[in-house]
Amino acid sequence: MLIKQLSIFLENKTGRLTEVTDLLGDAGINLSAFTIAESSDFGIMRVIVSDPDKAKQILAQKGIAVSLTDVICLQCPNTPGALNKTLQLLSAGGISVEYMYAFAVNEFAQVVIRPDKIQECISLLQENHYELIKADDFYAFKEK
Amino acid sequence: MIWNETYECLSRKEMRELQGKRLFNTVERVYYNSPFYRKKMQELGITPEDIESVEDLAKLPFTVKNDLRDQYPFGLFSSPMSEIVRLHASSGTTGKPIVGGYTRKDLNIWSEVMARTFSAGNCDRGDMFQIAYGYGLFTGGLGAHAGAERIGASVIPISSGNTEKQIQLMTDFGTTALCCTPSYALYLAEMIDKMGVGNKLKLKAGFFGAEPWTEGMRKELENKLSIKAFDIFGLTEIIGPGVAYNCSEQNGLHFNEDHFIPEIIDPNTLQPLPAGEVGELVITTITKEGMPILRYRTKDLTSLNYEKCSCGRTSARMDKIRGRSDDMLIIRGINVFPSQVESVLLEFSEAAPHYHLFVDRINNTDVFEIHVEVRPEFFSDHLSQMLNLKKKIAHRIQSVLGISAEIKLVEPRSIERSTGKAKRVTDKRNIYNQ
Ligand SMILES: [Zn+2]
Repeated sequence: MLIKQLSIFLENKTGRLTEVTDLLGDAGINLSAFTIAESSDFGIMRVIVSDPDKAKQILAQKGIAVSLTDVICLQCPNTPGALNKTLQLLSAGGISVEYMYAFAVNEFAQVVIRPDKIQECISLLQENHYELIKADDFYAFKEK
Repeated sequence: MIWNETYECLSRKEMRELQGKRLFNTVERVYYNSPFYRKKMQELGITPEDIESVEDLAKLPFTVKNDLRDQYPFGLFSSPMSEIVRLHASSGTTGKPIVGGYTRKDLNIWSEVMARTFSAGNCDRGDMFQIAYGYGLFTGGLGAHAGAERIGASVIPISSGNTEKQIQLMTDFGTTALCCTPSYALYLAEMIDKMGVGNKLKLKAGFFGAEPWTEGMRKELENKLSIKAFDIFGLTEIIGPGVAYNCSEQNGLHFNEDHFIPEIIDPNTLQPLPAGEVGELVITTITKEGMPILRYRTKDLTSLNYEKCSCGRTSARMDKIRGRSDDMLIIRGINVFPSQVESVLLEFSEAAPHYHLFVDRINNTDVFEIHVEVRPEFFSDHLSQMLNLKKKIAHRIQSVLGISAEIKLVEPRSIERSTGKAKRVTDKRNIYNQ
């Protein structure tokens, strides 16, 4: 259920993002989801890729500050109030969300969550019959 | 180890007597051989006979960098060219270079003071020296080379640059002593780490100089390279490296006082300051023949300690250079030295000691920005933690420098590394050219 997300330190400079995506693209690594958290002078790019360990190695070799962070990804119905219900469940279970990002297409929404207590969060969601996307489903994307 | 106990451990009384005699000889030499110094002394109404002891040093005229530029190339020589066997020159960043001329005896003094330097770092004929200072006009390479040969060490004259070759020879030849600039040593340490060959090194000592460095940098070099790091002080105007050196106590730099007399003056009033007070270092050479220099204003800010060192040496010890009066930035009316910024950054394990200062003036207000490299191993996925690091650095800068600065975190290895003197300041204010 754990998904390894790449976190990358990037200066807010023209072309830095494409340098990273070029490096990953050249190595045949596919990006499934990403977001950027930014401050005035730097940003943290968070990205889910087909081969996180290899991606980390490639970027680190180029001297880029990069780390792997465990996140989960859940699928919930793309209907009004569905996300709210999930967040209330987590909050009632004493789990706080450090950050999250989401996208929705057709009837489903995919939500990437970085909770503070990741194992408890997984158990709670499974008990409540949420569908968590497995790492393999993301990483296997490259073979399709 | 003490190379020359007779002179390095002379009693203070004997040292002052020796200095008095040698100072008189030098003054006499320049008075009769250098029109430049004769004119300066005549303007002050003094002759060599006025120099009866070292106490009379303060009667003598100062020499400043511009004098050396104005007298380019050989105006300050006190020996005929037939006696000069070597010429060096400093890289003049502005205008003409500073030239140094050496007689055979001068070269002998130079290798002697460098031999003292390396002995004080516990090196001898059993050591393998890698000289990674530049060879050529720059005094670093050949100066260190002669000293290492004089103690009987095996010398690798590799010169500067070509980092991969440096590391290859270091491991293959079993280098035990490294001589280079401290910033290049840090770069080498980084590359050694990256190549994973740290366990193949036999290094035990590093002799670093030609640019100012901090205690924090010393600790970092000592940890990363598993060495003891020694500071060498010198300048082309005086002789090159070997003017003063660290002993293994690493508590100040021992001045080679039987060849060079140090003084500390107030840079504003030009009056000598008592021992222990911080001011501008002034040096007089008392044995050189080719280009003797009277009371050279170094612009380096430091203090002197005349107490006997626990290593047994009695020579005056110079404190670490606290900055250069011409490196000094005045930002919003406050004196700022790049070395202060460096010492703050070294308190943070998350930040690499690579930084760059930017100063600008926007709407008549000085803007001060410090770019700091983030260490990859401390990079955090949490924006809040990274922002907190910025805040903590800014806070320390404010309390140490007494001035606020905008901290900008930049990517690892994004600040330019240099193999020579690190360029750490960009001052865009241009206030002196308006
Ligand atoms: Zn000592």
